[in-house]
Amino acid sequence: MDKRLGSLAEAVSPIGDGATVMIGGFGGSGAPIELIHALIDKGPKNLTVINNNAGNGHVGIAAMIEQGLVAKMICSFPRSSDPRVFNEKYLAGEIELELVPQGTLAERIRAGGAGIPAFYTPTAYGTELAEGKPTAEFDGKHYVQERWLKADFALIKAELGDQMGNLTYRMAARNFNPIMAMAGAHTVAQVGTLVPLGGIEPEQVITPGIFVDAVVEVSDAKQEEVLNREGAVYP
Amino acid sequence: MSETLEKHKLSNAQIAWRAAQDIEDGAYVNLGIGFPEMVAKFQPENRQAVFHTENGVLGFGKAPKEGEEDWDLINAGKKAITLNPGAAFFHHADSFSMIRGGHLDVAILGAFQVAQNGDLANWSTGKGVPAVGGAMDLVNGAKRVCVLTDHVTKNGEPKLVDRCTMPLTGVGCVTRVYSSLAVIDVEGGRFVLREKVAGLSVDDLRAVTGGELATDGEVIDIAVPDL
Repeated sequence: MDKRLGSLAEAVSPIGDGATVMIGGFGGSGAPIELIHALIDKGPKNLTVINNNAGNGHVGIAAMIEQGLVAKMICSFPRSSDPRVFNEKYLAGEIELELVPQGTLAERIRAGGAGIPAFYTPTAYGTELAEGKPTAEFDGKHYVQERWLKADFALIKAELGDQMGNLTYRMAARNFNPIMAMAGAHTVAQVGTLVPLGGIEPEQVITPGIFVDAVVEVSDAKQEEVLNREGAVYP
Repeated sequence: MSETLEKHKLSNAQIAWRAAQDIEDGAYVNLGIGFPEMVAKFQPENRQAVFHTENGVLGFGKAPKEGEEDWDLINAGKKAITLNPGAAFFHHADSFSMIRGGHLDVAILGAFQVAQNGDLANWSTGKGVPAVGGAMDLVNGAKRVCVLTDHVTKNGEPKLVDRCTMPLTGVGCVTRVYSSLAVIDVEGGRFVLREKVAGLSVDDLRAVTGGELATDGEVIDIAVPDL
């Protein structure tokens, strides 16, 4: 078994028009910028993108939106220090938004990866974000039924990886990455360092390789926050 | 009246200070982005609260010095943080399990409006690009949901109201309000006044509060340092 790929282009090559793509990260922390930029180079259209945010500045997901790849965002907080790219498209009616409370988003993704088609949560009960959704009462409290969220692809960022797809994460860059790895039908991880088998202690593995389909090493990965502070624009 | 309010009202730092006094040793606490973040710096000595942030950190500390940021180590406001001894990282579903599972003792948030039945509106003005983040999860999950707010809007309208007219964040969720004029509990479908700024009467407060402002026992004057 060897899930290593030689290039970012190869890693994103299966992603075609109309695909649903989960992209890890919270803001710039844990965002797989190099995979995203490789996807922009390939240029599929009408993508549905699932992420906590909707891009910042002119790199990463913001660049995907700016370059016209994205038809719909599913996210909790489409706001950032520079949200102009998403805002302009949204206010012009050129991009669809499904706004999901952050914990519901995380749990829908987890449920997708765990094979649980629906669950009940108190979050959003009685608010406009629960309109049209089934509700139920359990032990005197009201809950909203939410559906799982799955994706054709998940693009994630990890710190260490091996050829079986076992992964570790760096600090708070973990965030959505492990659960998106579970919910993607085809999960691609960019890793800071590819280590030989046994290079990650089994007790330290955070995402077991069963959830990962491809691993590509990006040893000099850029941080979205740093790129934005430099005023970077992609492409 | 408005001049009187201006004269007596607490600063944001004083409101945050007052809220911090109610956080017990060992509490797990989530502070909303912006104004509520100030609560952390007024933690009383000899008490240790553990601060939670939605993106997967328990036990974070002060902001790093400029130039020493590590952008993989941020809070929910995307600001750089540092770690205290005993900190932990976890993924997003675990982070919200802490919230939704009832493990978090206190959530402190800002507000546009709070209703006397505990309804909270704090996420949407109904205009522009909507964004919700973790607010709806926090208000339904934390054991205590506290609001820090000015008592009235910039135009002098009550922010504590009979019924919220703005889009709701949660239903019947707020337990205590720390306003610029008072400390108020939400109990049994009404506001119950616990503390007020010296210099204003209960009737003065009722004049700037929507809904029913009840008293239940002694109302004391808020004691806060100059901040």
